[in-house]
Amino acid sequence: MTPAPLRTDQLFVNLGPQHPSTHGVLRVGLTLEGEVIMRAEPDIGYLHRGTEKLSEIRGWNQLVALSDRWDYCNAMGNNLAYCLAAEKLLTVEVPERAQHLRAVMCELNRIASHLIFFGTFGIDIGAFTPFLHAFREREMLLDLFESCTGARLTYNYIRIGGVMRDLPKGWPDLCREFLEFFKPRLQEYDTLLSFNPIFLDRTKTVGHISRESALNWGVSGPNLRASGVKADVRKLDPYCLYAKYDFEIPVGKTGCCWDRYYCRMLEIKESVRIVEQALGLLADGPVMAKGVAKILKPAPGESYGHVEAARGDLGVHLISDGNTAPYRLHVRAPSFMNLQILQELLVGQRMSDVIAILGSIDIVLGEVDR
Amino acid sequence: MTDEPRPGQPPPAPEPKPAAPAKPPVVLPDPVFNTANGRLLFAEDRLWPNRVWKGMFSLPRYRNGALMLAGIIVAGTAFVAAVGELDSRVRPVFNWLSAQAAALSLPALLFPAAWIVVKVLAITGVIVAAPIFLVWWERKISAHMQSRFGPMVTGGFHGWLQTVADGIKLFLKENITPVTADRWVHLLGPIVALGPVFLAFAPVCFGRELAAADLDIGVVYIFAMTGVSVLGIMMAGWGSGNKYSLLGGLRAAAQLVSYEIPRAFSVIPVIMLAGSLNLTKIVAAQSGWWFDGIPVLPRWFIFYPVVGQLSFLIFLITSVAETNRTPFDIPEAESELVSGFHTEYSGLKFSFFFLAEYAYMTLGCCLMAAFFLGGGAAPWPFLSFIPSWAWFTVKVLGLVFCFMWFRWTFPRFRVDRLMDFNWKFLLPWSFANIAIAGLYVML
Repeated sequence: MTPAPLRTDQLFVNLGPQHPSTHGVLRVGLTLEGEVIMRAEPDIGYLHRGTEKLSEIRGWNQLVALSDRWDYCNAMGNNLAYCLAAEKLLTVEVPERAQHLRAVMCELNRIASHLIFFGTFGIDIGAFTPFLHAFREREMLLDLFESCTGARLTYNYIRIGGVMRDLPKGWPDLCREFLEFFKPRLQEYDTLLSFNPIFLDRTKTVGHISRESALNWGVSGPNLRASGVKADVRKLDPYCLYAKYDFEIPVGKTGCCWDRYYCRMLEIKESVRIVEQALGLLADGPVMAKGVAKILKPAPGESYGHVEAARGDLGVHLISDGNTAPYRLHVRAPSFMNLQILQELLVGQRMSDVIAILGSIDIVLGEVDR
Repeated sequence: MTDEPRPGQPPPAPEPKPAAPAKPPVVLPDPVFNTANGRLLFAEDRLWPNRVWKGMFSLPRYRNGALMLAGIIVAGTAFVAAVGELDSRVRPVFNWLSAQAAALSLPALLFPAAWIVVKVLAITGVIVAAPIFLVWWERKISAHMQSRFGPMVTGGFHGWLQTVADGIKLFLKENITPVTADRWVHLLGPIVALGPVFLAFAPVCFGRELAAADLDIGVVYIFAMTGVSVLGIMMAGWGSGNKYSLLGGLRAAAQLVSYEIPRAFSVIPVIMLAGSLNLTKIVAAQSGWWFDGIPVLPRWFIFYPVVGQLSFLIFLITSVAETNRTPFDIPEAESELVSGFHTEYSGLKFSFFFLAEYAYMTLGCCLMAAFFLGGGAAPWPFLSFIPSWAWFTVKVLGLVFCFMWFRWTFPRFRVDRLMDFNWKFLLPWSFANIAIAGLYVML
């Protein structure tokens, strides 16, 4: 007589929507066998605010303020993506100073956004201190933004035809002061977290995204570059005056969590370089194109503008029927695309790696759900 | 009546007031620009870290702080030296009391029993008072590592009453037992986790003649008692009726039981060299000096070449693991399992786990001080005017600082790597260490 097979149950765990490490209100339904994941189902939509539908009844100029709310960690990038699309529709020529200012702001905001990633990824892995170090520097960045735009999170700074206002007096010097303070901090981060053996051990071995799989799932941004694809909208389809700046695109090798992490850290360094160059190239001039009306009525047509936002290729598709509001606005949100690969990545991993992988993909639920 | 103005007539014209000086126009500050001087508003209002860091010690408040710290150290040393050895203070009281008891011809066992109660109360006081200080200290240390201040308000001086306030809050909070919980297991979990700590402190020797129970099997007894606490954590994980707690409890069972083994093995070299399981005798075996009695390097076990450092390191690492602290805080992994086994606890029951964690940390540091750092011995003879209990406290606090330092700078291990680290690294090395200690004993 053979003994009855041992009966084991699978455990279903709801990771979220109220979980400290799902970066907002994401729910992942996990089926566990012990600590190993058998199936993972991301469930989104808890932060849906209907901004795309809302856009159809708001004026063209008002949509900049709405775009702030997509990826609230990187509001400047959102503003820029929308404005680029709208400017194509309206055929507005943006003055050179405004172009440089846009680049400065976008890159500073990319740094701020990557700092949030650095801090929260540290918390996901169990290190609390990097978070507060990152937020110390981010606070300085927000001070810079506040002094220029009046807001600390949703800036509404980049407008159709240029930017809201010129820099305050002394702002470039203050910005350089920040950058000088910030550069040595990056080395500090490396000693504190990046090359910590425990951290390496936890992130180098999990969450590998192969080059093919990344391309197939439509992953973009640092997540794609970590898998070894040298794709960056700033180089492939330069907007603003990015063709004038000299910067590298950091690329990872294996596509593991650590590569995704370190790609972002290297990107911060490149952003610092871009900001320095753009500040050097700033010449006096207008910051707003002439003749942009308060109420816009672009000719019927379509346009698509995309930028390299902090989380990847952020695209905005606009359709105009000649009215005071777009007929349709669609956002190609990088977080939404990047999140899809999670269901494939998580299978076979352990419970503690779920958080590491989710953290390394770096989603913002405001952008996923819009 | 004639003074009243008749209706219809205009009232007499009032005296013309002296012309008020022209008020300066009110200039509301622009939210972005300070229009008064054309400079950025926040440049004066906010202090960037780069501006603080430039002249840190030129700032008066840092200088004052350094002076205050020096003053506290000097005054503390003087006070402690004035108090002197505690056993010489307590012994006259004990002798007088026992003489009184003999004079009153009390039953033979009554006085020793009463004295044991006094000892128990003293140890309870240590266990309860230590976390109150340590929690505050940890919050301050973590804050300063993260460029914050930590608690600054409660109690006036640097928030020193914060933990007391927190304790009162925990005491007053509602005790929630989830519907899905197993009521009795849920209730007993924290009690089983905390109870053994009180017992485990009994043979710890806090200084000269300051052990509550001078047990000859002290080391074995302590390890036996601390082993019971794992049960409480497992009960908490199982009885909460929560999946996260269950996972946390499972992890705790695996981790704590495995780390017990290298922890016990790392002490064996100490026992072999000291030739006793009694903590007081282990401490006594560390008296004297290396290099023919020249008082430069004390003969503490940590200074025994290779074997001392190795067992100290293994014991330190496993002690961190036994207290569930970062980098080994896997059972309570906040970012993964919310809080692991104590997710469903609130109020007093939660504070039991909290107390147990800090009490075990204190116990681990007490053991390390006794096993490896010579207990209450002064490192150099000229410092021996400071009594042994003060030296013991200083050593324990130094080790506790290391625990906190680890916690606030390290990330967390992964579950499987944790087990690998234990079974494939710590355990073989602790075996090798025993072999080396055997060579020492043979020579």
